[in-house]
Order: sequence, then C-alpha cells, then structure tokens
Amino acid sequence: MNQEVLDKLTRLAQLALAPEEARLALADLRAIVTLIDELQTVDTDGVAPLAHPLDMEQPLRADAVTEQPARERYQAGAPLTRDGLYLVPKVVE
Amino acid sequence: MDWESVIGLEVHIQLATRSKIFSGAGAAFGAEPNTQACGVDLGLPGTLPVLNREALRMALTFGLAIEAEIASECRFDRKNYFYPDLPKGYQISQFEAPVVKGGAIVISAGEAEQRIGITRAHLEEDAGKSLHEDYAGMTGIDLNRAGTPLLEVVSEPELRSAAQAAAFFRELRALARYLRISDGNLNEGSMRCDANVSVRRRGATALGERTEVKNLNSFRFIERAIRHEIARQIDVLEGGGEVSRETRLYDAERDETRPMRGKELSDDYRYFPDPDLLPVRITEALLAEARAQVPELPRAKRRRYQETLGLSAAEAWQLAEEPSMAAYFEAVAGAAPPRRAAHWMMDQVAAALNRSGLDIAVCPVPAAQLAQLLQRIEDGVVSGKIAATIFEVLWNEGGDVDAIIAERGLRQLSDADALTGIVAQVVAAHPGQAQQFRDGKAKLLGFFVGQVMQATAGKADPKQANALLLKALQDP
Repeated sequence: MNQEVLDKLTRLAQLALAPEEARLALADLRAIVTLIDELQTVDTDGVAPLAHPLDMEQPLRADAVTEQPARERYQAGAPLTRDGLYLVPKVVE
Repeated sequence: MDWESVIGLEVHIQLATRSKIFSGAGAAFGAEPNTQACGVDLGLPGTLPVLNREALRMALTFGLAIEAEIASECRFDRKNYFYPDLPKGYQISQFEAPVVKGGAIVISAGEAEQRIGITRAHLEEDAGKSLHEDYAGMTGIDLNRAGTPLLEVVSEPELRSAAQAAAFFRELRALARYLRISDGNLNEGSMRCDANVSVRRRGATALGERTEVKNLNSFRFIERAIRHEIARQIDVLEGGGEVSRETRLYDAERDETRPMRGKELSDDYRYFPDPDLLPVRITEALLAEARAQVPELPRAKRRRYQETLGLSAAEAWQLAEEPSMAAYFEAVAGAAPPRRAAHWMMDQVAAALNRSGLDIAVCPVPAAQLAQLLQRIEDGVVSGKIAATIFEVLWNEGGDVDAIIAERGLRQLSDADALTGIVAQVVAAHPGQAQQFRDGKAKLLGFFVGQVMQATAGKADPKQANALLLKALQDP
C-alpha cells in the first residue's frame, strides 16, 4: 500500500482527498493490509471458504409486482427532473 | 496471407419475469419513465435486495437445456463502476460462482453442425437508460430498466467467422424463446450482444490481441460489425501495426467500428461478494421445477421434422424457428399430410399473415380447419386452387371447411361422365388448337386443361381432366 495505489483507489472511488485526509487514509489502509497479511498466514487447508458470515441461505421472493409507481415521491428529493426523467450533468460516451 | 478469426460472444438475455430481479417493481417494457423504479432499484439507503425465484428458475432451465454443470450453490458479487444510470455505484452480478458453468450450443451455419462451448451464464441486474437527447445540455435518466433480470451468456472463443457468430446468436434466441425465458425481442433490446474478436495466422495456436465490439443488437449488425472488425484487424497487422486491446462501438449508419473514449480505468471493477445477498442454494425441488420447463428444443424439432415428417432442411428451419409457428404447424400436420401442411404454412399462411401483419399465435384460421381443408385436397374433394379460395373464406369469415364446400358448391367434379361431356365441348370449340396438338404441339395440353377448369369454375379434378383431354384429343 503506497501513494500510487492510494491514488488509483481514490480515482476509482471518485474521491478527492485533501493531503491530510490522504495521509490518514494511507496509514489506515496500511494497518488494514497488515491485518489482512496476518490473516493470510492462518492455515486454512481443508476449511471450506466462507461466503457470508451468516449461516443462512438466500430467501427467494415470488415473482410478483408488489411496488406501486411512486415517481413523485422518489423524485421529490432529486435536484433536477424533467418529463419524468432525472437530469444529470451531460454524460459523453 | 491466410488469416483465421477467433470470436467469442457475450449475450445479455433479458428474462421475462413480471417483477425485477431484486425488487417487487414491475418489469414491463415501455412504461412511463421512472414509474417502475422503486427504492431498491434507486439504491436508496435502508433497502435490501431479495432474489426473484423465477429469475433463478429461468437461469436453471437454460442451464439444463444446454447440458451445463449446475453447482449446488451460486453467489452474487458487486461490480463497481460509476455511471448515472447505475444509482448504487455497483451492479449486482455473479463473478466467482455463476449459476451455470459449461454446456454447449449447437449451431449450423451452412450444412455442418458445430458445437460451441459455453463458458458460463450468470444472473445480473440491468442498468437504467441514459437519454442523451436535448435536455438543456444535460442527460436524462430513466431507471425503469434498472434491476431488470439479465442472464449473461458467455461463449468460448470457438466461433470462426462472422456468419457463425450470427448463427450462434440466432440459435440462442430461438432457444430462449422455446424455453420461454425471454421474449427475444431485438427491437426492445431484450437480447444484446458484445463480441470479442481477434485474428491470427492460420495454423497458429496462440490467440491474437482482441478487441471487444459493443452494441450489436440485430442478426445483420452482428455479422456486418464482426466482418468489418476482422478486416480492420487484418489491415492493421498486414500494415505492420499492432491491434490494441480496446472496446469499440459499432456504428450501423457508417458501417464501422470505432474506439470508445474514456475507458482507461473502467476495466477495474473491484468485484467483491455482495454482503446484502446470501449464498443461493440450488435445491433438488428447484431443479426439478426448472427441468419440467425444458420442452423439445429447436434442434431436436428440426431433426424430427426432417427425419419423421419428411421436410427439407430449409422447411424445418423456417417452421421450427418460432415456437408459436412450430406449435401451429404441428397441430396441422397431426391431422393432415405433413409435407402439404409445411408447403401451405410457408405459402398461403405466411402470405396471409404477412398481408395482415398478424402473428401466427393469433391466426384467424384455426389449425384444425386448415388441417381439414388439406385433408379435403388429399381426398380429392377439392383442388388446390379451390382450397386457396376456401382458405380466404376461412380467413375472412371463419366457418367450417365442409360446410363451406357444401354451401358454395365447391366440390370437385369427379363424375367422369359430366366431365367427359365438358371435355368434348372444349375440344370441339377449339378445332385449330386440337389439330396443332395432334401435329405435335404437346404443350397445348395445358391450354385445354385451363379451358376445362374455366368451364367448371375450377371444380374439375386437374388429373382427371388431363387424362380425359388426352384421350379426346388423340382419338377425335
């Protein structure tokens, strides 16, 4: 974990960190990576990988429409809408 | 230089569920913008996804149909990227443990059949739609499609030509429609295809650098775009250049592919298990339910039509492509001679459907009536020409074949004496042509048959008329 990796991660996460925040984040991430390195030393031979901490199965829902249209309610919090669409800054392909 | 192309396809199939894959919002096409996007689809805090059982069942049905391996458990992961039509900032997909692994789809491009391996098929949610038209310099977002269930089918790089790629897509579409897991409607984007394309010297074993061509949504575009991309890569390589690994967008209007911009970071999706979703256990009960939904598949049907019903390969393809067409044909062919049924399906029935813009599923002539009509031709009760008239009546007015024949006096003249009289009159009325016939102008027989048919309003049995005419003309 170094500055270069941190820069890549913040770019991917679209975060703008102030220099002081970046310094703290780097220290935190180093500590986390150290912890992970330590975990990696545990002998896991013959142990099935754990996919989820809960020992449960995914419940399934029946294929039925249970939600009614509520566009106005959902769009009440949107900064800008028109013709039922959310408007966002121009996206160029 | 002799080049070989190597193509793999990734096809997104929109599953025909009523509700979304992880929410209870409706999934119908064409609703008013944002009226089918609920809190889960919008990624609102505090909401949780719950898997749609039917979407899972459909994926399993597909897996069983292509004889894939189905694990006892599958899982969901987050694929992270930022785009305004993806409100959560990640797409729920399957990375490590897809629902379907392996299996194959058999295609026939030309005569020989070829088995194309399937790498995997996984469930995921669709994103919303970005509308780049004029919204005062802004982009409009419709999230109705967000959360619609998709099955992404990934083929092995075993396709060797643009035509094969199109054949694969066609077969996959037929399969999805037979399995009733998708409407396969290309105009509505129910099936979307990306192609990984590379070329190499013939005989080489290593793969060349590949490009991904996106936005291929019709049979024609798939073939044209891939053909174009193959030619472009060969040009680059023969000119001493190198193909660079990139994503290219196909522009149908200009018939070219061009690189997409701004992709330099987007291939780092940082997949990780979605903590909101638990591992999904595939139970025996669910598998049994999925298996029960696998009908006779298009390939088996085509083979049966050829081997058992005696149709040609082209006829079998045409009649088996759409499940509703196949169902109608089989209903007719079960009660009338199959080959005659096939010819009528592709001739009169197809033409009438075409004229009226109707789908076979709502054909105004019931299959049982068409079968009865064809059986009457077989029995010699009506000629093919009269049958076509009766078909028009059935189409426009409905009714019963035998009743129509009786009411309108359309029964073929099979009474030899009556017909002999008419034949004699026709020959007598055309002494010049009769002489020419006797002098060796054999094709005039057709003229006389026509005259007899006219005189009987089409009700003469052409075979019988032929025989009687020959006799009358040869010994006057």
